[in-house]
Amino acid sequence: MNLLRSALVPLLAVVLAIATGAIIIELSGLNALEAYKALYDGALADRKGIGRTLEKATPLVMGGLAVAFAFKAGLFNIGGQGQLVIGALFAGAVGYGVTGLPWIIHMPLALLVGAIGGALWGMIAGALKATRGAHEVITTIMLNFVALNITDWLTSKVWREPGIIVRTPAIEPSAEIPRWSELPTGFALSVAAAFACWYLLERTTFGFEIRSVGLNPEAARYAGISVSRIVILTMGISGMLAALGGAIETQGVVGRYEPGFNAGLGFNGITIALLGRTHPLGVIPAALLIGAMEAGGSMMQFKADVDPEITEIIEALMLLFVATPILVRWVLRRRDASEISVGAHWGDA
Amino acid sequence: MDDATPQTPALEAIGIGKRFDTVIANQDVNLRIEKGQIHALLGENGAGKSTLVNILFGLYRADEGEVRVNGEPVRMDSPHDAIEHRIGMVHQHFQLVPVLTVAENIVLGNEPTRGRGLLDLDRAADEVTELAERFSLAIDPGATVEDLPVGMQQRVEILRALYRKADILILDEPTAVLTPQETDHLLEVLRGLAAEGVAIVFITHKLREVLAVADQVTVMRGGRVVGTTTPAETDQAGLAEMMVGRSVVLRVAKTEARPGAGVLEIRDLHVRDDRDRPAVDGLSLEVRSGEIFGIAGVDGNGQRELVEAMTGLRTIDAGAVLLDDTDITGCTPREISELGVAHVPEDREKHGLIGPHSIADNLVLNRYFRPPYARRGLRQHAAINSDAERLVTDYDIRTESIGAPARSLSGGNKQKVITARELSHGARLLVASQPTRGIDVGSIEFVHQQIVGQRDNGVAVLLVSAELDEILSLSDRIGVIFKGRLVAIADAGDIDRATIGRLMTAGSDAA
Repeated sequence: MNLLRSALVPLLAVVLAIATGAIIIELSGLNALEAYKALYDGALADRKGIGRTLEKATPLVMGGLAVAFAFKAGLFNIGGQGQLVIGALFAGAVGYGVTGLPWIIHMPLALLVGAIGGALWGMIAGALKATRGAHEVITTIMLNFVALNITDWLTSKVWREPGIIVRTPAIEPSAEIPRWSELPTGFALSVAAAFACWYLLERTTFGFEIRSVGLNPEAARYAGISVSRIVILTMGISGMLAALGGAIETQGVVGRYEPGFNAGLGFNGITIALLGRTHPLGVIPAALLIGAMEAGGSMMQFKADVDPEITEIIEALMLLFVATPILVRWVLRRRDASEISVGAHWGDA
Repeated sequence: MDDATPQTPALEAIGIGKRFDTVIANQDVNLRIEKGQIHALLGENGAGKSTLVNILFGLYRADEGEVRVNGEPVRMDSPHDAIEHRIGMVHQHFQLVPVLTVAENIVLGNEPTRGRGLLDLDRAADEVTELAERFSLAIDPGATVEDLPVGMQQRVEILRALYRKADILILDEPTAVLTPQETDHLLEVLRGLAAEGVAIVFITHKLREVLAVADQVTVMRGGRVVGTTTPAETDQAGLAEMMVGRSVVLRVAKTEARPGAGVLEIRDLHVRDDRDRPAVDGLSLEVRSGEIFGIAGVDGNGQRELVEAMTGLRTIDAGAVLLDDTDITGCTPREISELGVAHVPEDREKHGLIGPHSIADNLVLNRYFRPPYARRGLRQHAAINSDAERLVTDYDIRTESIGAPARSLSGGNKQKVITARELSHGARLLVASQPTRGIDVGSIEFVHQQIVGQRDNGVAVLLVSAELDEILSLSDRIGVIFKGRLVAIADAGDIDRATIGRLMTAGSDAA
């Protein structure tokens, strides 16, 4: 019942966005039905399409988780892009640089190093906030630029593959995340990560502390929770999640680190988190949806002549329709708080 | 005012009904406010007072009933309509722009202009000065609002309503935020305004104020009007009984204290406030087990900083805090709490509760991390919930479910949640800061009994309160704080109300 109600707004938003998208496609002189048929064919019709959708969805789940997790502590992590490229590059470096290890060790090791890189990168913003009061929105945006430049430099100068193209050498087969007959197993990792986040937040004392800090940092401090510690650790975990998205992309899809390959992926995390109502499990359907749009978008262009911009417009509309009621409700809640308190015997008001 | 011919009332509510979903907030409410009279609207939290005045001010629309201004039925769809009908309201949370001046705040929305759209701030200041003189509400029109004490900010609110030519003034719990001195000033101001012909609706749950200032009293309970009376016809006990629906013990029955060994010792403590000025300035005291040590004082004399420093929330510059001879200076809030210090914070919404968390979660906020509430880092909901069920019963917390968010509770029940959590902590020292501020009579009675009960069980209690009545009725020993120092410490029987009042405002020079 509760789940149904919270899923209602996003579902409605998707329907509205698809309907509005159809109008836009028709207005541009194309056949909307044909276009959506092509979208479906590209994203869901066969194993290959589903594999493409899952592949696109994987870093989106991780990026969405990163934003949603930080949000539970009241933090807004805009640094997903920076954390993601750090994770992607470090995983790639371990993937090609370390040789002679069996798959069972090499593959997880590369993931782990990528994850640690992202965690430390996220913690920088957390530590700046906890010790100096610097706002994480500003610092994570700045750290994105720093991360992009560091990874570009490392790729072009230190870990570069000989040749014209600026990229790292291909990773060893022992570092690859395999496919299971067209289906990327990396997606299963991202789903596992989502469930782990949910469990951590809802069942552990650490998660309780994170949520308490997010809801009322002052009261959390009164209750003896170290707010600085929670801020630093939450940003670390958030950065780790984004970085894992990058590492899975490197080890499961791209096969190496190549600058520009994951451009924008980190920012999509904000979209996904909002679409998933900042719930760790809500990001899974949200990422699948956007993943399917991306996977089917090229088919829509190829078969129905729909410009890729139209796909992006439909994605943007979905977010707009989802975000609007959230904003409205947020404003309402702020007003409620300043008004009269309602007696408990009046029921759940 | 006492003419034989009945006057047309300034404001009248007839048969007002209002529901929120399934909840009846007002039912068949009648209210009659006469010109030039102070009408107290009395009731516990959740009795429907705020709903009623919000309807009168156009913030809510009534489902049924009628509002009349000067005998004429009026439609009240928004505060604009109310202002049109010369009704002004002073909200409990001030609606002022902190960075603007007094004059700017007062004219905001009706700014005097010069030429086309140019602000005429000089004229605004003149108008404000003139208005303030007419109603003898002295104020500096050029002062910035955020620098003013709360009582003065409230005066700005009142002047703003008067500037808009209000002759009906609604004040929602105006004394909840005031010191005793500011309260006395406000009551005088209200009397003055009434003498000028302004009709005043004054919401409160403080009985003393009602008897001191009101011409008429309407008591509400459970969304209905229980009755209308005058101070001459009743007394505190009578009003309390009308409010609560049963007779209430207004004075705590307590036996002689049997103090034991010293539990808390504070030596020459120095603490600074948020603006880095000395707030606690060489304060020393001792609290023994089995006694209540009350700190009386006007708000802002270092009480908050003292409490925060000794509970680990604020840095201590110099001096020492000892708990059973253990030096706890500089310990973290968690360490101090674990050593057996319970703390009922001054601001229950901001510091005492995490509003969206469930009541059960709020009841374990000081111990969620240890067995049986947590094992190996995992929360144990069975233990948390069974504890919550027990505390909700023991402390008479009125809620339908322990899973309901704490913010859905009334003020008194919120305070009971905090009290339940802190008193079931097995503490040796209880620090209670303004434990009954803004809560209803029934809850005050309960909280007071709990505090005395703790004392009788041998707990040392440090009580900080701006309510002198509370200090006098609970304390075994009293210290008066003034500018960060205790200017007097005496046994409760050896010091009287007047002396404390003088010491509170003028320090030891007055004694």
